[in-house]
Amino acid sequence: MIKTDILIIGAGPTGLFAVFEAGLLKLKCHLIDALPQSGGQLTELYPKKPIFDIPGFPSINAGELVDNLMEQIKQFQPGFTLGETAQTLTKLEDGTFEVITNKGTVHHAKAVAIAGGLGTFEPRKPALENIAYYEEKGVEYFIKEPEHFRNKKVVIAGGGDSALDWSIFLSNIASDVTLIHRRNEFRGALDSVEKVQELKNQGKINLITPAEVTGIKGEGHVSAITIQKDGETFDLETDYFIPLFGLTPKLGDIGNWGLEIEKNAIVVNNSLDYQTNIPGIYAIGDVNTYPGKLKLILCGFHEATLMCQSVYNRLNPGKKFVLKYTTVSGVDGFDGTRKEAEKAVVKKIE
Amino acid sequence: MQDINLKITDRNGVMHEIVAPTDMSMNLMEVIRSYELAEEGTIGVCGGMAMCASCQVYVVDGAEKLLKMGEEEDAMLSEAFHVQDNSRLGCQIHITSEIDGLEVAVAPYP
Repeated sequence: MIKTDILIIGAGPTGLFAVFEAGLLKLKCHLIDALPQSGGQLTELYPKKPIFDIPGFPSINAGELVDNLMEQIKQFQPGFTLGETAQTLTKLEDGTFEVITNKGTVHHAKAVAIAGGLGTFEPRKPALENIAYYEEKGVEYFIKEPEHFRNKKVVIAGGGDSALDWSIFLSNIASDVTLIHRRNEFRGALDSVEKVQELKNQGKINLITPAEVTGIKGEGHVSAITIQKDGETFDLETDYFIPLFGLTPKLGDIGNWGLEIEKNAIVVNNSLDYQTNIPGIYAIGDVNTYPGKLKLILCGFHEATLMCQSVYNRLNPGKKFVLKYTTVSGVDGFDGTRKEAEKAVVKKIE
Repeated sequence: MQDINLKITDRNGVMHEIVAPTDMSMNLMEVIRSYELAEEGTIGVCGGMAMCASCQVYVVDGAEKLLKMGEEEDAMLSEAFHVQDNSRLGCQIHITSEIDGLEVAVAPYP
């Protein structure tokens, strides 16, 4: 069982920054995220896009902002449960919370902060009649363990970065890699497109375009897919079919936790501390709604800060607390590091 | 600056006559969103970067008023679902006086 002070659901920018603010108050955090890496939308959707409204950064790429946040919170040693979704939440008799993921990982926390953004990113599934039957029987939407595909025949469908990147990566592992896309043009980083072209020329990637997968075949496991190209239909033998058509966010299980939901967002009682209708559960960042709500990263940072103060007061009732400035108090990491401002020099000038 | 008239049919098949401003650098996705013609969380998911197709619309009337599709929009639509010949991404259609009278229907999502 994982024990922590604040369990943060969602490892996007708001969730990550909450770790820092909690750390200043000596509160330990653990984060759960459905994606296999931290950063949320910034990493998954637009890592190379510049953001122009982060205070103090005239321009910063989304991926770089996530890297910086990870660097900033490292000293507070947050724990991560990645690639799993928070499925059930139970408020225990002593007022603490138990959150169990879809993989059965149990988390126990004194407070819960939902920083889930637009929700859990789920793969967009192609509309193939029997695709659900073959899920985990040869149809995969994520590649978590590339070794799984060693010496296997793999078909990837899609025209974006992930289809290109995984085709390149798996071309060194799988026995056969076929990439299928509806168009001849791919949308991705130039070097990825060029690399796929090179691997195609070397015969390491079999490219079928413009074409579409129209069916899946196999007894108990994928053994072939049906492809339509130039009006002709044919089967291609394969062990795996990996459709990579991007991800779409869904609020998912969080919607069943008894929280007040409005327009796919969690209603928070006020903008004092972003607590939900269940005391001890907070919602911060894009996932919440309240009068005047703005879905901006910088607003998420502010909400995370107020949430942490509220959790501190909740866990330490009656304890006097004065807001401290990092320039004055420095930062004491849980890893034993200390960062502080240099003392001013006081010296006589003769 | 003038306002323009748009006809937008929502995902339930209800047609709305909308007056949209041309001086707020808005796009069609933002108009649909601000008039709450699609449920929040199912429109403009990527924020308007032509990366999700949640703002896909079918152009019913006035296609000739629109600027040609850009590469990013074209590529996104090649991966999207429910795509028809008259599909466009709302986030790539800027609200200008030229598109006055445009008529669209919001496509299903996801």
